[in-house]
Amino acid sequence: MSAPLLTVEDLNVSFPGRGGITRAVRNASFTLGRERLGIVGESGSGKSTTGRALLGLISHPGVVTAKTMRFGSDDLLACTESDWQQLRGRRMSMVMQDPKYSLNPVRKIGQQIGETCRLHLGSSRKDAEQRTLAMLEAVKIRNPDMVYHLYPHQLSGGMGQRAMIAMMLVAEPDFLIADEPTSALDVTVQNEVLRILDDLVRDRGMGLIFISHNLTIVSSFCDRVLIMYGGKIVEECAAKDLHKARHPYTRALIAAAPSLDVQRAELATVTRDPEWLL
Amino acid sequence: MITVKDLSVTFQNSGRSIHAVRGVSFDVAPGETFGIVGESGSGKSTVLKAIAGIIASSSSALEVDGRSAAKRRSREERRLMQFVFQDPYASLHPRQTVDDILREPLIIHGIANLDEKVSAAIADVGLSPQHRFRYPHQLSGGQRQRVAIARALILRPPILLLDEPTSALDVSVQAEILNLLSKLRRSYSLTSILVSHDLGVVAHLCNRIAIMQLGRVVEVVRAGDLRVGAVSQAYTRELIAASRGFTRAVT
Ligand SMILES: Nc1ncnc2c1ncn2[C@@H]1O[C@H](COP(=O)(O)OP(=O)(O)OP(=O)(O)O)[C@@H](O)[C@H]1O
Ligand SMILES: Nc1ncnc2c1ncn2[C@@H]1O[C@H](COP(=O)(O)OP(=O)(O)OP(=O)(O)O)[C@@H](O)[C@H]1O
Ligand SMILES: [Mg+2]
Ligand SMILES: [Mg+2]
Repeated sequence: MSAPLLTVEDLNVSFPGRGGITRAVRNASFTLGRERLGIVGESGSGKSTTGRALLGLISHPGVVTAKTMRFGSDDLLACTESDWQQLRGRRMSMVMQDPKYSLNPVRKIGQQIGETCRLHLGSSRKDAEQRTLAMLEAVKIRNPDMVYHLYPHQLSGGMGQRAMIAMMLVAEPDFLIADEPTSALDVTVQNEVLRILDDLVRDRGMGLIFISHNLTIVSSFCDRVLIMYGGKIVEECAAKDLHKARHPYTRALIAAAPSLDVQRAELATVTRDPEWLL
Repeated sequence: MITVKDLSVTFQNSGRSIHAVRGVSFDVAPGETFGIVGESGSGKSTVLKAIAGIIASSSSALEVDGRSAAKRRSREERRLMQFVFQDPYASLHPRQTVDDILREPLIIHGIANLDEKVSAAIADVGLSPQHRFRYPHQLSGGQRQRVAIARALILRPPILLLDEPTSALDVSVQAEILNLLSKLRRSYSLTSILVSHDLGVVAHLCNRIAIMQLGRVVEVVRAGDLRVGAVSQAYTRELIAASRGFTRAVT
């Protein structure tokens, strides 16, 4: 493979607080090419924080340090706020885990997506509207004309999630972090949305970080997977080999997923070993 | 315990009406966990909100515990039922700490041993004492969702309405929450309605499952039938197929 799109070495993110420092990300190192890199891991293990750090979105009092954080030819560690603003949206963007929280509650969906088109693509008003409607249709919104005129609180959970995805994709970024982008979608629509992301990686060479709790999706959709636990990357494997993962946490995760095929009275839970944090 | 007959919900938006729920009927027996799955935007959350009385609806019958649920509710009636919303961020007050959020229902209903109850509720959902005095924005997505679940469970309500309660949780924490719900169902007769996109989750926890599309229930199936694919609607079969994972078209 050619030079990676993104190189991260020894990323650390911590939040000082009342009860001491929370080390949300600890010495994480990885690279991303023009591929689909999955991140799975325990709730609170630092997945979203890693994503936000890569986009310069950790705000005070959070502290980000790293040995290397490079995106293409840009040194992200040297970025000023205005550099970040140049990068975000057009070249890198993130679909947030709480879509409705990230959308502006008092503006209509169509206006918000249209604005992104105008800002990043310099589209005319008319062109922005066309693109917005096409994008809503691409993410399988059943009634783009109607949804264009709705406010975020009038959307269902999955419609909000798709509106957010549409907004992040209009600018055609080189690098996208999708944080639980399909958790509110029914499985058929979910596969359609994955197909859109897949095409962007394959046809346009976008680099994708795909954060998800759904092991079935990650293993069937991604190329590689990082497994996080307690702020650390504890294991990395080819996505299709996820079922053969070695780390006891990953093994326990696989056993804990309820399946349509196997009926259990009680689901296996994870017995956490303090050693995993060392 | 819950009877829904010919339930319809229509929203008005700038002169247009959105017919979100179109004649939905089902019954939930005491102690049963009833599942709802279906297309995004098909009206699942709206059905739950109508049952909870949060939004206006029309029906030929809407009953909870033998009483009509279509009217304004007293404090006692509200205590009967707790709701875990799909969007935990929106349902947690940004300026309340986890401690405030969990204390509030106890205070409203005049319950003693606040401290003990709050710390037990935190432990129940797998959070640790260090999370107790944090604000929602200082928690991860799954930690917020667990706060919403803890708040709903803290009064041990007879009825729970759960809208995608585990969608932001990793499968290990999800397993703990699902086991907790099963345990509560055994220890007292907990009746619940669970909306989820995860067929594995509904088949695990529910007795019967309604499949919704475009505002309607297209069929109601038993968990065992869902597992073996003994279903009658093409849409249900599509859902089962799609839940097997992503397939890349070979080009
Ligand atoms: N602003 C903040 N202040 C203090 N702690 C924080 C803050 N933001 C996140 N954290 C903590 O950092 C840790 C990592 O959070 P993060 O949101 O990255 O988890 P996650 O892996 O995305 O989890 P989930 O799967 O639940 O979304 C958590 O323990 C969280 O409580
Ligand atoms: N307050 C509102 N005003 C207008 N329309 C609304 C409102 N709330 C919901 N709707 C519409 O009602 C329909 C059903 O929404 P609902 O939230 O019940 O779907 P859902 O089945 O829960 O979907 P999801 O799985 O995506 O959460 C959608 O078309 C939505 O846009
Ligand atoms: Mg997260
Ligand atoms: Mg919903």
